[in-house]
Amino acid sequence: MIDAKKIIAMVEAIAKKIESEKDFLTQLDNEIGDGDHGINLARGFKSVEEKLPGLEDKDIGAILKGVGTQLVSTVGGASGPLYGTAFMKAGNACKGKTELTDADFASALEAAIGGIKMRGKAEEGEKTMLDALCPACRALKEGLDSGKELKEALAAAVDAAAKGMEHTKTIIATKGRASYLGERSIGHQDPGATSSLYMLQAMLDCL
Amino acid sequence: MKKLINAVDAVEEQMVLGLVKSAPKKLKKLDCGNVVVRAEKKPAEKVALVSGGGSGHEPAHGGFVGEGMLDCAVAGAVFTSPTPDQIFEGIKAVATEQGVLCIVKNYTGDVMNFEMAIDMASDEDIKADHVVVNDDVAVKDSLYTTGRRGVAGTILVHKIAGAKAEEGATLEEVKATAEKVIANVRTMGMAISPCTVPAAGKPGFELGEDEMEIGIGIHGEPGTHREKIAQADEIAKTLLEKILADIDYKGHEVVVLINGMGATPLMELYIINNFVQDYLAKEGVKVYDTMVGNYMTSIEMAGFSITLLRLDDELKKLYDAKADTPALKR
Repeated sequence: MIDAKKIIAMVEAIAKKIESEKDFLTQLDNEIGDGDHGINLARGFKSVEEKLPGLEDKDIGAILKGVGTQLVSTVGGASGPLYGTAFMKAGNACKGKTELTDADFASALEAAIGGIKMRGKAEEGEKTMLDALCPACRALKEGLDSGKELKEALAAAVDAAAKGMEHTKTIIATKGRASYLGERSIGHQDPGATSSLYMLQAMLDCL
Repeated sequence: MKKLINAVDAVEEQMVLGLVKSAPKKLKKLDCGNVVVRAEKKPAEKVALVSGGGSGHEPAHGGFVGEGMLDCAVAGAVFTSPTPDQIFEGIKAVATEQGVLCIVKNYTGDVMNFEMAIDMASDEDIKADHVVVNDDVAVKDSLYTTGRRGVAGTILVHKIAGAKAEEGATLEEVKATAEKVIANVRTMGMAISPCTVPAAGKPGFELGEDEMEIGIGIHGEPGTHREKIAQADEIAKTLLEKILADIDYKGHEVVVLINGMGATPLMELYIINNFVQDYLAKEGVKVYDTMVGNYMTSIEMAGFSITLLRLDDELKKLYDAKADTPALKR
């Protein structure tokens, strides 16, 4: 069972991870984008951290929705609407809940990914955050279905996300600013897939 | 990198405040954020035009707020789209019964944030719509990209759609005119030195002393390819050929916009224009009017872009209509 306190700890862990990897994410974005991914996400999660105390007594749905709204209004760029929508959709999936079962947790991740696909009009295989998140979600569900504990299943999800992130080096970007580079985007690791991996890792570290 | 700033996180707000203070009778800043609106709210029967994007493109977009052009410009962080709530505040501040048209440059972030803001406006029964400018021929418009970028041609969309709105046209009519401009405007740019986002502190790409980047956008992102630097005429010819190959300009009248990227001396822009005018004449393209200057910049990037807008009678008339903004007067 994951309670609201755990969710808040996860969001805090994500914020810390993003802050510590800010420069690396920005460097990746410099290579194939416009060099602001780390800066923008760190700014957004810093303001999320400031907002968290006000969300402590809320249910998980409201907490995640609050995180999403805050990201949308502080990150900007493309990652703001994308991660913001992801948290808002995850919040919707957990509406009114004060505790999440393992299955609820997987559903929330699935809803978050659905939000990113909808907002970004994107699918897996386009060198985006989805290339880390989609394999992770599949691994999480497979793990839970085969009777693994959440921690073990999420560890498998993180592995799958890392592989997905590695895979982004080998494919051409067809979405976002990196798509302007065409074949020149090959060889570069996608910053969005990388930040998605960091978020999953941060969540795992809290279990 | 030396910059004339005070603090990295104060860049956008101090820029917007400084712009507004340069034209206090005509512009004001909303208290809620880096949103520039006309000092006097326009009449209720006019469609309101809202644009915006990341900062770092000055005078775009705040410098084009005023009679005959925009009603509101929303400035995001440097090279970062403004957020939906900021855009929504702008829309709310200028919305009229006739509705609001947002002019958005084709970047994934800008399009998503403006779409979310328009959804928020629709929830409050504000009639709002948008057009997406994609004039950059350096980028292939195909299923496999996000589509061509929106660059300097956006200024001509502001000018002409602004004039149409000022005439009292409906939202549908203003949108159709904006789309006509978008269909007829093409741009291509290049850089000889990159730019540095204040918060990043490092240039977006590196260029050797003898190198240039062809096909750059306006965000310090790398272009389509890199070459040994050539003479100005030769570079201008490369860009023009790409533009002229994209739509048929022969026998048509055009507006020419030679746009500086921020750190290009006017001297060099005039040298470019000297060639462009002669080349267009040779190609049978009639120049109706020419603009030379810094309209859509990329902080301190050195380089330029060439924009051609193919005119018809309607666009010509609207292009000539009165405009009174800090960065463009007619």
